[in-house]
Amino acid sequence: MFPILSAKFLAPGIKRFSIEAPRIARKQQAGQFVIVRLHDHGERIPLTIACSDAERGTIDLIVQSIGKTTHMMNSLEAGGAILDVVGPLGKPSEVKQWGTVVVIGGGVGTAIALPTAAAMKKAGNKVISIIGGRTKELVLLEDEVKEVSDLTYITTDDGSYGDKGLVTDKLKHLIQNGVKVDLVLAIGPVPMMRAVANVTREERIHTIVSLNSIMVDGTGMCGGCRVSIDGKSEFACVDGPEFDAHKVDFDIMAARNRMYREQECASLARFQESQKEMATATGAKAQ
Amino acid sequence: MSDEKKAPVNPLPLKERVKIQRHHMPEQNPQARAHNFQEVNLGYDPELAKSEALRCIACAKPECVKKCPVGVKVREFVDLVVAGDYLGAVAKVREDNVLPAITGRVCPQEEQCELGCVLNKKGSSLAIGHLERFVADYERKTGKLSLPPMAPPTGKRVAIVGSGPAGLTTAGDLIQKGHGVRVFEALHELGGVLVYGIPEFRLPKEIVRQDIDNLRKMGVEFETNVVVGKTVTVDELLNEEGYSAVFVATGAGLPQFLKIPGENLNGVYSANEFLTRVNLMRAYQFPEYDEPVYDVRGKDIAVFGGGNTAMDAVRTSLRLGAKNAYLIYRRSEKEMPARAEEVQHAKEEGVQFVMLTNPAEFVGEGGWLKAVRCSKMELGEPDASGRRRPVAIAGSEYEIPISMAIVAVGTTANPLVQSSTPDLATNKWGYISADQDSLRTSKKAVFAGGDIVTGGATVILAMEAGRKAAKSIHEWLTTGVWETEKVEA
Repeated sequence: MFPILSAKFLAPGIKRFSIEAPRIARKQQAGQFVIVRLHDHGERIPLTIACSDAERGTIDLIVQSIGKTTHMMNSLEAGGAILDVVGPLGKPSEVKQWGTVVVIGGGVGTAIALPTAAAMKKAGNKVISIIGGRTKELVLLEDEVKEVSDLTYITTDDGSYGDKGLVTDKLKHLIQNGVKVDLVLAIGPVPMMRAVANVTREERIHTIVSLNSIMVDGTGMCGGCRVSIDGKSEFACVDGPEFDAHKVDFDIMAARNRMYREQECASLARFQESQKEMATATGAKAQ
Repeated sequence: MSDEKKAPVNPLPLKERVKIQRHHMPEQNPQARAHNFQEVNLGYDPELAKSEALRCIACAKPECVKKCPVGVKVREFVDLVVAGDYLGAVAKVREDNVLPAITGRVCPQEEQCELGCVLNKKGSSLAIGHLERFVADYERKTGKLSLPPMAPPTGKRVAIVGSGPAGLTTAGDLIQKGHGVRVFEALHELGGVLVYGIPEFRLPKEIVRQDIDNLRKMGVEFETNVVVGKTVTVDELLNEEGYSAVFVATGAGLPQFLKIPGENLNGVYSANEFLTRVNLMRAYQFPEYDEPVYDVRGKDIAVFGGGNTAMDAVRTSLRLGAKNAYLIYRRSEKEMPARAEEVQHAKEEGVQFVMLTNPAEFVGEGGWLKAVRCSKMELGEPDASGRRRPVAIAGSEYEIPISMAIVAVGTTANPLVQSSTPDLATNKWGYISADQDSLRTSKKAVFAGGDIVTGGATVILAMEAGRKAAKSIHEWLTTGVWETEKVEA
């Protein structure tokens, strides 16, 4: 069991956890992830580590409610525990002196990008961050991002905060204004990462994306997370999760992530139904 | 006991013994079992077991013992079955094999102990595997486990990486010698291939759990959710965590694909993924269990390969409700490496064997698998493995419509331990180099055995390696002398 030391919502449906996992905390590097399993009938899902504290022996995870497991996880509170947490898995980000690094985080992707942005800054890079969300409350971790960035830009689809538009609009704008970009790191939904890759491909800017494929074991054993990189199959869990964006086949990636859509919806509906029933039962009792 | 041995236990004269026919394993009816995950083989009852044991002619130089990779004292334990001392019999087996309920089910006895049996000349061998299974199950049902005697604690600690058959065997042997043993497992459940690979209908997980619980009762410690190479390194185990030796038994867990177009379509699985979802994660009980697997009910599916894993995958697909389940293999049935019993079971259950057929491309539509394009093959000259090489027949390509494909063409070494342990020598395929007898690696205090050294093999061969490792580790811990003979990379 891995005790939850703190748990608080950053935005509706997005929660930050601090979890006691001393072995993982000692080893974690930017870009790596863990696999969690909540209960003994649970599935295994990958979650990127937002940060770790080796001394306290904790790792932080930021979770967005999407399917059953993430909804269930976000119903957990401090004092609770997670049955299984294994990691740190995957290759760490390639942190070195690139020059100017543009870090782009979309929605909860910002949480995943943050440790790499911090590491890049520490390695002596100029870090320009662009963080985006559909709307104001989905712009995450603004203060933390600003702390590790030389410049921070914010975009929202609806213009409720920062600039109205997409992260790619801001990226294009920077490039057009002559900012010399040596590396782009883009983490977020597949359409966003694909759009960033399309922008930087023309400009020949090296671009890294972090792929959130469906995984089971996370150690290279099952191959379920395979992605097509330059026409060759690679495993996101052990060969990634970060890849050269210009070599990723995003169509296959998007299709593979839809593989269990039907079951995922059924599973979530069933979970929400049971939650409702429980709430009704508790309500009835209270009356 | 020794007095008993002098008097012949078997009351029948030899002539009578050889007249008895081998007793078939009672099985679930094929039509019924093709739709459930309960065990296919039901096991002997005491009467059947005793009657089967009476067939043993008690050879002076039993070939069966020689042919067993771990040297189970077959004649002695069978004698105890004849005498009705079933608990004594399983204790006898356990002297050489700490996982009898498991090997009684999954060992290829027909190629080992039973191949050596003289009764083959009279029709069919003694059913040694069935008897081993019977005594182990008898013990479990009575709940009367007798633990072997334990040596006093030595104060030394050994780390074992991987809780599959090799790791568990080493743990069982070393703990009896008084060493502290901790087993690290990457997954959340213990047992390695025994729980993620071999299906419930061939090896119920309850049986694996029981054997592991017995090891725990003997004092073996287990830690799940530790990926050695990531969570902790071999060097840290030796230098910081106080282990005097490390045994690497990580198996051959990396799946191989066919490397043909369309392999990333939805619906194409490695056997490892498919079996892990169904066995370890229990996707066959979705949505009671959260992990999903492709819903094959009423659909046509194909499995590629001819080994036991292929048989497990195709039989599992049938149980999940597949309409037509094809087993596609590029050679002929004769060359298939799967056990005869598995092949027969698969056929009885309705698996359709498509031999001398090789996949060329997976055909998709909208990201989903729709068909596989195959070539017909013929057998040419023998290749390096001694089997005749299959050659494509020109112009023979045709499509088989399927919506799920499972690739079961073998596995390779998982590099996590090797890549994080730079002074650990490997061969050109990435397997760890270890001395054949001592299982010592190029790195002092580190031993390796099982599939991570030999490549994918069987449970019992992994257990044989586990036994050797335990013996060799014990020697290292007691003498402190590390062989200087260089292990070739």
